[in-house]
Amino acid sequence: MTGGIRFDRVSVAYEGTTVLDALDLAVEPGEVMALLGPSGSGKTTALRAVAGFVRPAAGRVFIGDRDVTDLPPYRRGIGMVVQQYALFPHMRVEDNVAFGLKAQKVPRGDIRGRVAEALEMTGMAAFARRHPRELSGGQQQRVAIARALAVRPGVLLLDEPLSALDAQLRSGMLAELARLHRELPDVSVLYVTHDQIEALTLADRIAVMDRARLRDVGTPRQLYRAPRTEFTASFVGNANLLPVTVGADGVVFAGTELKVPTGGAARGATATLCVRPHLVGLGAGPNALTGSVAEVQWRGATHRLYVDVGGHRVKADLRELQRPPALGDEITVHFAPEDAVLLSAGVAAEDTAPVTAGEAAPVTAGKTAPVAEGVTRDG
Amino acid sequence: MLVHSRKGKWATWAVFFVLFLPLFALPLLVVLAASFATNWSSAFPSGFTTGHYTAATRGESLQALTTSLVTALTASLIALVVGTWAALAGHALKKRGKRLLDALFMLPVAVPSVVVGLAILVAFSKPPMLLNGTRWIVVLAHAVLVTAFAHQSVSAAVVRLDPAYEQAAASLGARPSYVLWRVRLPLLLPSLTAAAGLCFALSMGELSATMMLYPPDWTPLPVQIYAATDRGALFTGSALAVVLMTATVLVLFAVSRIRTKASYR
Repeated sequence: MTGGIRFDRVSVAYEGTTVLDALDLAVEPGEVMALLGPSGSGKTTALRAVAGFVRPAAGRVFIGDRDVTDLPPYRRGIGMVVQQYALFPHMRVEDNVAFGLKAQKVPRGDIRGRVAEALEMTGMAAFARRHPRELSGGQQQRVAIARALAVRPGVLLLDEPLSALDAQLRSGMLAELARLHRELPDVSVLYVTHDQIEALTLADRIAVMDRARLRDVGTPRQLYRAPRTEFTASFVGNANLLPVTVGADGVVFAGTELKVPTGGAARGATATLCVRPHLVGLGAGPNALTGSVAEVQWRGATHRLYVDVGGHRVKADLRELQRPPALGDEITVHFAPEDAVLLSAGVAAEDTAPVTAGEAAPVTAGKTAPVAEGVTRDG
Repeated sequence: MLVHSRKGKWATWAVFFVLFLPLFALPLLVVLAASFATNWSSAFPSGFTTGHYTAATRGESLQALTTSLVTALTASLIALVVGTWAALAGHALKKRGKRLLDALFMLPVAVPSVVVGLAILVAFSKPPMLLNGTRWIVVLAHAVLVTAFAHQSVSAAVVRLDPAYEQAAASLGARPSYVLWRVRLPLLLPSLTAAAGLCFALSMGELSATMMLYPPDWTPLPVQIYAATDRGALFTGSALAVVLMTATVLVLFAVSRIRTKASYR
């Protein structure tokens, strides 16, 4: 079965409310695509459109080169893992994993081997005779993944698979999922999450969604290092979004001249400068900003400082300080020119045309779309 | 418990016993006592004999017991199949259709059972649907009367069933019929057995519609009890009532054993 998923202007509406608006997106065979967005952004709806649990009001969905828009879920050849696992409580682990094989009438002789193989792959072979209720959350998750993989799907749909696990288990499962994908290089994975760490860790490309629309598509590095929009900047990683005016050889922020690449933005235009908090340093340096400390948060390995600069909050994540500043202290922070990204103004979510996959795909990412003119080089 | 003070607890228990004993327990105990009695002239029956039971468990009475059991089992089975089917179908319907279906199935409960009995008698007394005079008309009446309860308790469970299970099954390539047999019905098993038990108990005790319909060769136990007490044989009637009660409770107990097993999963 060839993998790959393609959304061709897929719209979904529930009782008049559009929850997915003309989505154009292609997931290549063997690629891990993360659909990242806040709740209500339409990301789960997109996944359910691939699975066949919602019917698009318009547009087509392709799996491989097959148009599956009108096919019922059981004829789509997918594997799916959902947040609450949905293991069948009345079946043992091995019967759960064998379910899809029996349903698809795989020859009896093959079933045992394939169940064992799937359980082996997820490290659950020792639990084959247990019932789901006798397993921990993480173990149930592994069984759910084994069950989805046993049918050897061309595409694997993961709907917030780790959000019911605690933080420690989650990072372990992330590594596990990455390993599984290395072992199954032909399977396309659509991974729905609201967690940027999961998306950055696992995905080959990330599709950022907000309010029923696709806002941005790109590799994690592109989106993190050179976000095109304020929404992407703030949702993929932390960001200082500073309102600036473009000057001759940089920008002006709160009366301070900052040297940053402007990428040909028109002089005098207002724009937003994105600086990652962990790239902000303490003390004098290039692009120094002076202000008073408004808040200090100790986070163990780091200190998060909120510095009031000309009425704007600047966040700085600093390696744990021996003597953190007191509230109200005057301090200076700085950042390197190449660590700042200029976003052009007016790109904030509201009135952007939907991003099409073509515009934002990595192949064409070098040729910047009109809205991305202010983006600097990938620094 | 919501009552926390010691006195309050005692008071609650007292109220419970004052209400429970005379209303629920005492009548049953009196029937039990009467079934062993030889004499009932004062407030309580007196004397002791097991003779009524010897009479109540042979011949005509034994036949009435089997008649009741067969009727109740068949009617419950029909009710369970029809009720479950309707509940599953209703779940797939839109809101208005569902409400209509619910109302339709509640109708036999809302209408007095004598009326249901009469309606069935009238409807099935002429060819080609001539069931009057056969045992099937009794089974049919019972099924009609108890299906409402099966439908109601199964639809409540169907609504609570997490759609994630059937969706997971469908995503694994299972067609709807396979999902129904392997996932949905097994998950519904606890409420199916509860519904079966309820239907069985109701059918075992049904009298009013049965009275209008039963043929001479198909006399269920409640009719027998009624006939016995009607002709003044109170002790025999009591013994028959205890037999009816015991048989019903035993079957319900067996059903609940299946249920505990099913809900343990």
